[in-house]
Amino acid sequence: MTSRATTSAVLTTKHAYEVVVIGAGPAGLAAATAAAIAGKRVAVLDDNVRAGGQIWRVGFGAAHEDRERGRVAEAFTLSGAELFSGRQVVDVPQSGELQAWAAERQVLETFQYDKLILATGARERFLPFPGWTLPGVFGVGGLQAHVRGGYDVRGKRVVVAGAGPLLLAVAAHLRRDGAEIVTVAEQTSMFRLALFTASLITRPRKILQGIHLRMELAGVPYRTGCWPMAVEGMQAITGVRLTDGSRTWMEPCELLACGFHLVPNTELASLLGCRIGADGVEVDADQQTSLAGVYCAGELTGIAGVDGALIEGEIAGLSAAGNTASHLHAKRDAEAAFGRAMARAFALRPELRLLPAPETIVCRCEDVRFADLKARSTPHGGWTDAKLQTRCGMGPCQGRICGPALETLFGWRNASVRPPLFPIPVAAMCSAPQAQEELSHSLSQETTR
Amino acid sequence: MPDVTVRVNGEAVRLPGGSTVAAALLNAGVHCRTSVNGEPRTALCGMGICLECRATVDGQPHQRTCQLVCRDGMSVETGS
Repeated sequence: MTSRATTSAVLTTKHAYEVVVIGAGPAGLAAATAAAIAGKRVAVLDDNVRAGGQIWRVGFGAAHEDRERGRVAEAFTLSGAELFSGRQVVDVPQSGELQAWAAERQVLETFQYDKLILATGARERFLPFPGWTLPGVFGVGGLQAHVRGGYDVRGKRVVVAGAGPLLLAVAAHLRRDGAEIVTVAEQTSMFRLALFTASLITRPRKILQGIHLRMELAGVPYRTGCWPMAVEGMQAITGVRLTDGSRTWMEPCELLACGFHLVPNTELASLLGCRIGADGVEVDADQQTSLAGVYCAGELTGIAGVDGALIEGEIAGLSAAGNTASHLHAKRDAEAAFGRAMARAFALRPELRLLPAPETIVCRCEDVRFADLKARSTPHGGWTDAKLQTRCGMGPCQGRICGPALETLFGWRNASVRPPLFPIPVAAMCSAPQAQEELSHSLSQETTR
Repeated sequence: MPDVTVRVNGEAVRLPGGSTVAAALLNAGVHCRTSVNGEPRTALCGMGICLECRATVDGQPHQRTCQLVCRDGMSVETGS
C-alpha cells in the first residue's frame, strides 16, 4: 500500500489544539469559525491546495463570485482558526492524536486534540460500464475540478451524464468555459424530477437556481430517464452510447463527464470507530457521533448540499466548544429533510446494475473485471472474499472508487478500513513515533535473545 | 498570476499560474499512468481520491497530480 519513494529521511512535527477539524469545505470552515469564536484554539487540516472544499474550489477566468463563499471565508479568516492545507490524515494511532502527511514537504505531522470535528465531505459515485476507464472519461465534479485547475476545454464536445443536481450545474460551468455541451443525460425520470421540484415549493431559491441553470443551457438537450451504456473508442473516447430504456443511440463526443450523485467520505470516521448508518455517519442533535468528543458535519452525515453543511458545521463547532446550538436545530433538520428528498429523487434505477460486461473493469487500481467479481457474489462470498481472491479494492485508492460501485452492484459494503488511509512512503511510516518505539523494542528483544 | 512552464516527458507545456499538474498532463494530451494490464489512464475524480492521476514529479514517484500546483520548471514523467 505504500509508494516506493526514494526519500530516506522524513521529518516529524507535533502540534496540539483544543479542537481539530478535518476538511476545509463549507462544513469544516463553519465548524472551525464557530469553535474559534467561542475561544478555542482550532486547527483545520485539509487535503486540498486551497480551502473551500470541492464546491468552492477556486477557478480560473470567469469566476462567478459566490457571496456565501466570501462571507464564510472572511469569517473564518477573522476567527483565528489556523488552516493546514495539503494534509492527508493517514492514521489515528490513539484517542486524541492523529497523524497527517504533508506530501509537498514530505513531513509526517502529529496533531493532538481534545475535540475532533470530521467534515471530510463527499465524493462522486462511479458505476462501471464498458469503456468507462478510457482516457477522456471523468467524473462530473471531476471534470469541473480539472477545468478549474487549468484544463482547457474550449471547443471540446462534452456529454454530461449520470445522476444528481451536479449535472446541470457542471454543464453550465463547462459551457461558460467554452466547452460545447452535446447533451445532458439524467438517469432519473421526468416524473421523479417533477415530484422533487414540487417538494421544493417552500424553498423557492432552490427552484430558481434550477431554472437559472436551464436558461443558461438553452439549446442543450436535457434528457431525463436517459443513461450511458458504453463508451466507444480504442485509446481514447470517440463517443458514448446512450439509452432511454427503449432506444439506444450514439452521441459522438471528445469528453464524457459521468457520475451518479454523491457518497460520503466515511473512511476516517470508520477508522475511528464511529457508528455509520445507511446515509452516512450517525450523529445526535449536537452533531456528536457515537464516540464522545468526536463530531461530524456536512455531507458526511448524509448528502444535503451546502446550506445543510454550513448549519451542521456551525452546530458542531458550537457543541465542540461546549456551547448550546439548539436555536439552529430546526434549520438543520429542514436541510436534512431536503437531503433525504434529493436521495429519493435521484435513487439509482435498477437497469444501471446491468451495465457492466463480463470484461468491464470494476476496480481500476488492480484491473479487476466484473466477471471475476460476479463469481464471488455467492452466499459465502462478498467484499472480503473478493479482496482475497481478486485484489479488488486493495490498490492505492483502497476501494474508494470500486466500493460504492460494488455496493450498488452486489450490495457489498466495505467494512474494513485500515491505516494508512492514503498511500504514504515507507520512510514516513518508519519515522512515526510509535513505529520507532516498536522498532527499537523489537531490536532490543533481538539483542537480548 | 503569470503563466508557468512545466516539462511533461521532456516537452514544454505552458499554462496559467495556479494550474494543477493534472491539467498540464490533460492539456498536453498525455495519459497519467499505465494500468496493471497496460491500459492508459487519465485523471478521473479531480479531488485526490481515485489516484488515477499518479505521475512522477521532480523525481518523486506516485504523486497525485490533481492535488499539486505547477511550479515553473517542474518536470513530470508519466506512463509508469
